[in-house]
Amino acid sequence: MTATGIGAPVRRKEDQRFITGKGQYTDDINRPGQAYAVFVRSPHAHATLKTIDTSAALAAPGCLAVYTGADIAKDKVGNLICGWMIHSKDGSPMKAGPHPALAQGKVRYVGDHVAMVIAETLAQARDAAEKVRIDYAVLPAVVDLAAAQNAGQAQIHTEAPNNTVYQWHLGDKAKTDAAFAAAAHVSKVSLINNRLIPNAIEPRAAIGDYDSGQDSFTLYTTSQNPHVTRLVLAAFIGIAPEHKLRVIAPDVGGGFGSKIFIYAEETVCLWAAKKVGRPIKWVADRTESFLADAHGRDHVTTAEIALDGGGKILALRVKTKANLGAYLSTFASSVPTYLYAPLLSGQYDIATIYCEVDGVYTNTAPVDAYRGAGRPEATFVVERLVEVAARETGRDPAEFRRQNFIKSFPHSTPVIMTYDAGNYAACLDRALELADYAGLGSRKAASANSGKKRGLGFSAYIEACGIAPSQAVGSLGAGVGLWESAEVRVNPTGSVEVLTGSHSHGQGHETTFAQLVSQRLGIPIEQITVVHGDTDKVQFGMGTYGSRSGAVGMSAIYHAIDKVIVKAKKVAGFVLEVPENTVDFKEGIFSSSATNKTLTFPEVALQAYIAHKVSGQQLEPGLKEGAFFDPTNFTFPSGVHICEVEIDPDTGATTIERWTAVDDFGTLVNPMIVEGQVHGGIAQGVGQALLEGAVYDRDGQLLTASYMDYCMPRAGDLPSYQVAMLGTPCPSNPLGVKGCGEAGAIAAPAAVINAITDALGHEQIAMPATPLAVWRAAQQAPSKLAAE
Amino acid sequence: MYAFQYHRPASLADAAKLLTGDAKLLAGGHTLIPTMKQRLANPPALIDLARISELRGIEKGSSGVVIGAMTTHDEVANSPVVRSAIDGLCDVAGEIGDPHVRNRGTIGGSIANNDPAADYPAAALALAATIVTNKREIKADDFFKGLFSTALDESEIITRVTFPVPKKFAYMKFANPASRYALVGVAVAQTGDGPRVAVTGAGSNGVFRHQAMEAALGKAWSAQSLAGVPTNASDMVSDMHADAAYRAHLVGVLARRAVAKAQ
Repeated sequence: MTATGIGAPVRRKEDQRFITGKGQYTDDINRPGQAYAVFVRSPHAHATLKTIDTSAALAAPGCLAVYTGADIAKDKVGNLICGWMIHSKDGSPMKAGPHPALAQGKVRYVGDHVAMVIAETLAQARDAAEKVRIDYAVLPAVVDLAAAQNAGQAQIHTEAPNNTVYQWHLGDKAKTDAAFAAAAHVSKVSLINNRLIPNAIEPRAAIGDYDSGQDSFTLYTTSQNPHVTRLVLAAFIGIAPEHKLRVIAPDVGGGFGSKIFIYAEETVCLWAAKKVGRPIKWVADRTESFLADAHGRDHVTTAEIALDGGGKILALRVKTKANLGAYLSTFASSVPTYLYAPLLSGQYDIATIYCEVDGVYTNTAPVDAYRGAGRPEATFVVERLVEVAARETGRDPAEFRRQNFIKSFPHSTPVIMTYDAGNYAACLDRALELADYAGLGSRKAASANSGKKRGLGFSAYIEACGIAPSQAVGSLGAGVGLWESAEVRVNPTGSVEVLTGSHSHGQGHETTFAQLVSQRLGIPIEQITVVHGDTDKVQFGMGTYGSRSGAVGMSAIYHAIDKVIVKAKKVAGFVLEVPENTVDFKEGIFSSSATNKTLTFPEVALQAYIAHKVSGQQLEPGLKEGAFFDPTNFTFPSGVHICEVEIDPDTGATTIERWTAVDDFGTLVNPMIVEGQVHGGIAQGVGQALLEGAVYDRDGQLLTASYMDYCMPRAGDLPSYQVAMLGTPCPSNPLGVKGCGEAGAIAAPAAVINAITDALGHEQIAMPATPLAVWRAAQQAPSKLAAE
Repeated sequence: MYAFQYHRPASLADAAKLLTGDAKLLAGGHTLIPTMKQRLANPPALIDLARISELRGIEKGSSGVVIGAMTTHDEVANSPVVRSAIDGLCDVAGEIGDPHVRNRGTIGGSIANNDPAADYPAAALALAATIVTNKREIKADDFFKGLFSTALDESEIITRVTFPVPKKFAYMKFANPASRYALVGVAVAQTGDGPRVAVTGAGSNGVFRHQAMEAALGKAWSAQSLAGVPTNASDMVSDMHADAAYRAHLVGVLARRAVAKAQ
């Protein structure tokens, strides 16, 4: 390991500009002649749009234009798309209603975009927006997920009877039912996976810009995947052809999934720029972010686990209703299906699993991928079931897990996945040691002496990251492949620009990707620049989500570097006047067994460009190579998290006393950044378990539409984490990396709830386990089994 | 936010002259500014009291601790004068919001706003404070009139608050996890005129004195005295963070803890 190579805890190169206020976010960009857009949003969850009168708004000072659904229909602006086709168990394709960028005929959630008002200044746009007169005929709202499919409920889209988008399943029902019939013990849980609001620190923003001279568009926007945005805007929504559209995602302040999607506001800013003939800027305010960013999670699940008499897990049976909101967001359909059910085997050797998922429309904000996307939901199901089964059969939850761990690899689960590598028992052993599991009894006694209740909870999670093998996802309904691209441009002086289709919005790619280049080319990290987020600079890419940028994005860079080295060796051979196959390249130095002369990497780069020694000798000048990398499998990060809580039964306050995380992410590129990802992920998982929950009232009004009511985790809510890592390499990519961005958020909720239920002595607590919920639960007597 | 006139007078007299019509006083702005930004309030003028030096400062006088209306929470939290006279009042100020809030929010702003979940009203009521305005002096018992409502008239400006030094005082707060306002806060004081117990965050009509607890503490100042003293849940607020029964229960828990702390 070199000081700046793979495995070094290099300080983040990008932080200098971020912490000195020099970052360039979308709202920092201002285009000459820019006008401002404000959206008029529905105050009703479900209503028919009777009339929209824009005349007073148009007459307001500074107002340039007001657009409604009728205008985008007239211009044939395509609907927003959902890019993953799911088929129901009867073989029928999912039933999706149209998703217009401005509402047409009906509004379907509070915050739905009805009109766009453009004015000279933001204040004038707001003033004019208040003058848009909309006559709504309010309809009954469908808010309760559990009841949304019932007869007599309002119908949100005529295309989807009973508000049902699909009734999907995975696994072998008959085999699973038979296993349950033969089981010695069955445990059952009813779970709610609470709805979360992403709350990236930078709200969504866009500037649409049209150049009439070139007849070309530019969209500056807060995107995790600018190329996919361009593709969708060009090929499906039809704003501009791909070669006439540039999408720039500059510095982006967090996404957590919410900035993957192609939303209405960004789309119409681009379209309106040409109509108005001015650049159009829109920046969401925080209330709009709460109302109209795609939310996450929101499942209602019943799940069962079957054991034989010896404690071996025989089968799982899971039934989930997944709230998809009022419209299908870009990847909404895939999250509760293919990103969820294939993870239901967890770390366990289970012969058969059957899972049914109903995707359901409600009059709430669209729901889509949020940090972990399906995998936190699956882990919560598996790890609650396993914990409850251990408690109900009087088994130690750690040893029960160990007994059922998958022990040999590769391992094919009954739900699609083939796990390539892992060492689950080693993670568990290390976690038990770090958490001082043996000392739990005395800590519980000490808590009891001071009137408190202490509990410990495990979460042995697995995730499928490195999304994803294109052929595999294509066969499952994805509309795109999920490879990644890279280009390595070596300058004549030997400095390097890496162009990547990944997008960094907090992950530190400018550092970690440079570490890979520094290690392999033997050049200082200061000589390397990582370029991303601009479709005019990077040819194509699939963006950043699903913990894919290390496993897929860096692997593409790895292969491009391979090609650079092959060519550089040829150049060195000509310059050193030795046969190419005698040239060796190590730590930045080219040498040959045929000469005692050597060349540095910058010397060879210069020779490649001046080409005095190479031209005419069947080698092109220059040193620039590209690669596309399509993984052969998902990666499978895994780990064991142990949470220890103390509850004050008088107030219901829960404090996290200890947190142990032992994760196996394979090769670590930058252990400092990896640890930071673990910390942040746990914070979001603890947020879900204890603090966060989007609440709509029965009329579909979002009650948690500000930080006064939606509780984000704060530093004081979190303990100091004890983090350790195993390094079982991933065999599916050249670096052996697995991905670490989502692990904490996947592992944490089950660990917290398992700890709280251990402390309470019964299983009746839902997320978020607020003080009110815990106080109520603490009134209940411990269950008989737990008390024994 | 709608357009408005901004005034920054240098004296109380100038501020009083400007306070006409629907003009609003700016004394920290933690409620007013967000409300204006959401266009839910539209005052034609704001009168910023931040530059009026006669409204700032902390002194110990014969009647107790006197705190200027524009003194920030942070200044109170870190005041040696307050710390030595009424220790627990520093804690009240030090637990309001977060450091940003405490460096901008003021005691006068908090008391004039009388948010039903604010901390200072409970402390002022339990300590039998006197609210001094540019026109008169108002006893805390007569000042707090319900949700966001006080005895102040339209053209009245709080200048300072006087806190008599109690024999014992403590405040216990159970913060709303999201907003950090009091889900329930209980201030208890042993004063020359007997015990006083004030509750914030819980009452459906805002901050209130808990007479049953005061009577119980009048017999003996101990947490045990409060055991079994009922708090009527039907008088409590119920919302998604805490229902009335939970709030009523927390009033008892926090009162006992406050009394135990104020030994």
